[in-house]
Amino acid sequence: MPDWLIIRTFWELTVTGLALGSIYALVALGYTLVYGVLRLINFAHSEIFMVGTFGALLASSQFLSIPLLEDGNYPYRTGMTLIIFLVFIMLIAMLFSGIGAVVLERVAYRPLRGNGDAFGAVVLAFLTAFIVSLVFVDQAKINVIIALLATTPISYAYLRFFKQGRKAPRLAFLISAIGASTAISEAVGVWSKHGRDQYQTPRLLEKKTLFTMFGTDVRIDYAIVIVGALLMMIALTLFVNKTRLGRGVRAVAQDAETSRILGVNVDLIIIVTFALGGVMAGGAAMLFTLVYDQTRFNIGFILGVKSFTAAVLGGIGNLKGALLGGLLLGLVENYGSAIFGGQWKDVIAFVVLLVVLMFRPTGLLGESLGKARV
Amino acid sequence: MSLVLNFWLRVTSLFSGFGEQFRAMNKWQRYSAYGLGVVALYLLPYWPDVPVLGQIVNTPGSQFETVLNDQVVIFVLIALGLNVVVGIAGLLDLGYVGFYAVGAYVTAILTSAHGNLPWLLALPIAVVISMLFGVILGTPTLRLRGDYLAIVTLGFGEIIRLTAKNMDWLGASRGISNIKKPPSMFGLKFGVLDAKPYFYLGLTMVFIVIFILHRLEYSRVGRAWVAIREDEDAAELMGVNTFKFKLWAFTIGAGIGGLAGVHYAGKVGFINPDNFPLQLSILFLAAVVLGGSGNMYGAILGGILVAYMPERLRNFSDKRILVFGIVLVLMMVFRPEGILPKRVGNEHKKRRAKSQEGEVAS
Repeated sequence: MPDWLIIRTFWELTVTGLALGSIYALVALGYTLVYGVLRLINFAHSEIFMVGTFGALLASSQFLSIPLLEDGNYPYRTGMTLIIFLVFIMLIAMLFSGIGAVVLERVAYRPLRGNGDAFGAVVLAFLTAFIVSLVFVDQAKINVIIALLATTPISYAYLRFFKQGRKAPRLAFLISAIGASTAISEAVGVWSKHGRDQYQTPRLLEKKTLFTMFGTDVRIDYAIVIVGALLMMIALTLFVNKTRLGRGVRAVAQDAETSRILGVNVDLIIIVTFALGGVMAGGAAMLFTLVYDQTRFNIGFILGVKSFTAAVLGGIGNLKGALLGGLLLGLVENYGSAIFGGQWKDVIAFVVLLVVLMFRPTGLLGESLGKARV
Repeated sequence: MSLVLNFWLRVTSLFSGFGEQFRAMNKWQRYSAYGLGVVALYLLPYWPDVPVLGQIVNTPGSQFETVLNDQVVIFVLIALGLNVVVGIAGLLDLGYVGFYAVGAYVTAILTSAHGNLPWLLALPIAVVISMLFGVILGTPTLRLRGDYLAIVTLGFGEIIRLTAKNMDWLGASRGISNIKKPPSMFGLKFGVLDAKPYFYLGLTMVFIVIFILHRLEYSRVGRAWVAIREDEDAAELMGVNTFKFKLWAFTIGAGIGGLAGVHYAGKVGFINPDNFPLQLSILFLAAVVLGGSGNMYGAILGGILVAYMPERLRNFSDKRILVFGIVLVLMMVFRPEGILPKRVGNEHKKRRAKSQEGEVAS
């Protein structure tokens, strides 16, 4: 394809690239926060995003009971109703993702840090009981309860007495994350209403042109995504830099042991970090459904890989890096697929990552959640 | 509490006793035990015909020999190769499926799409080209630290798959068909239906790879890998050329991945890009870590489990991947070093325990 085509559509590509990049950036924040604090690739973060999209779907179609089509038209809302609805959907998505991230931490990571507690033990016991019931019997529900009663004390005692204070090797965290990721997405695929099919989300927002810039129409949903993502990122940066808990996050990122000695509740800070990442992913999930009007049980995987790429591109553990990496990745993908064709999109993203890492081995802005400048 | 701990120690010592007893046997007893084990493995396709055992091992819904070859042998080969990279040299590789794909695609190109070589001749070429890819990927990226390496290798796996999918020369998304089968040898006919000959061939490959890796692990190279895994800076200070040995680990791992690809292509006779998804890389890594990264036999066990369990569990059809995910989490929580942890660590522990006992006594 000749390259003058990209000049003609340059601004259009820029707008859509920035919108896609904002979603990448929001999800990348979750990876970066957790990596900064725990030095852990939270592979299951992509599924936290996916849970968020389902939260948004539930919020709009169940809690607000908005149908997919009203009299053959999209159920458009206007004015204050629209704003309240969108905010409500976003809050529910954030709630889903936030809770998901915290539960994930308690169950899949905390026991590995040698710090397992009763909550994790109960969930792990439940999972064990579930598998046992599948292997041995048909009447799953009754047996899950019986097995649960039997396995909870065992699981709790095990975490408490044998694993307390024993930190697992780093690879174990990664595999646990991979397992959790698989389990979450499959659980949605197995038990949600339409299983593995694609879900349409109600389209509340009429996608008309907001304004014209450089001869390109800027659609309102793209504008909302870009502005919303920026606002959320500003809020996060303020939280990390200005509040007491945020200071704790930075302290633990710098040196977990020392901050523990100096009186920081490290476990609480880790929960806060996961919750923050989850909330950002929830916001991203709602914005995603706003633009694409759909979700699926495996929607997180590729997006998660891309977002992690964005986080590494900008410098993992660095909040500004996540923003820069996300936007850059969105733009590069769009320009690249305009030049080489859409099927090369992912290849371009990874080649750019390779080239950047060859010349700047710690990403564009370097790693720095713990440093004074965040 | 101490009662429970005491009980636990007794239970674990019961299991660790086997290795000691085995090592205490004389040479001939040990060799005959090995021999019996090898014969039992070659007879694996006939296990389902044995009365009680057959009920336990047989896979519902799919033919046992096919599962053995297409899943178990391939996974074991790959777990062996990936164990060199991840377990022994400590380099986190999330794009191992890339090398597997290169091996399969080179075989396909040479024997069907753009050439007419026999399978046996394509095999060494494909392995060497896979190793070359290892060098090409390794040279720029092995200077990166652990987690960066992970994402770059992951990208590499995707690049390979998407390139195969988008280039007509590589068959695009249609894939390549009519890949040549291995030639008949020793009275074994490599046909379409019977998976047994392929299993024998694959098992032989596994034994050869085990032999080579065993020699490598206890050589100068193997010691250098372990030194790099334990502490890269210290290894460099002691005069180990870390980059060179990391590249070697990567290359050898790539070669074994390629070998698995060749075997796969020869068996199925038809490949397309969808055979090599990113998720497969993650499954491979799960196999190595689940079994015990750094311990060759642990990796083999992990490969067997990851490949075989989903087939054995076909009863719960659509829930099996869910179960697999949960099992991974549970395994990591309750046994984070894998089923068979690496031996170096154990020896250290034993030595430390002994020296502490000595201090107490004196």
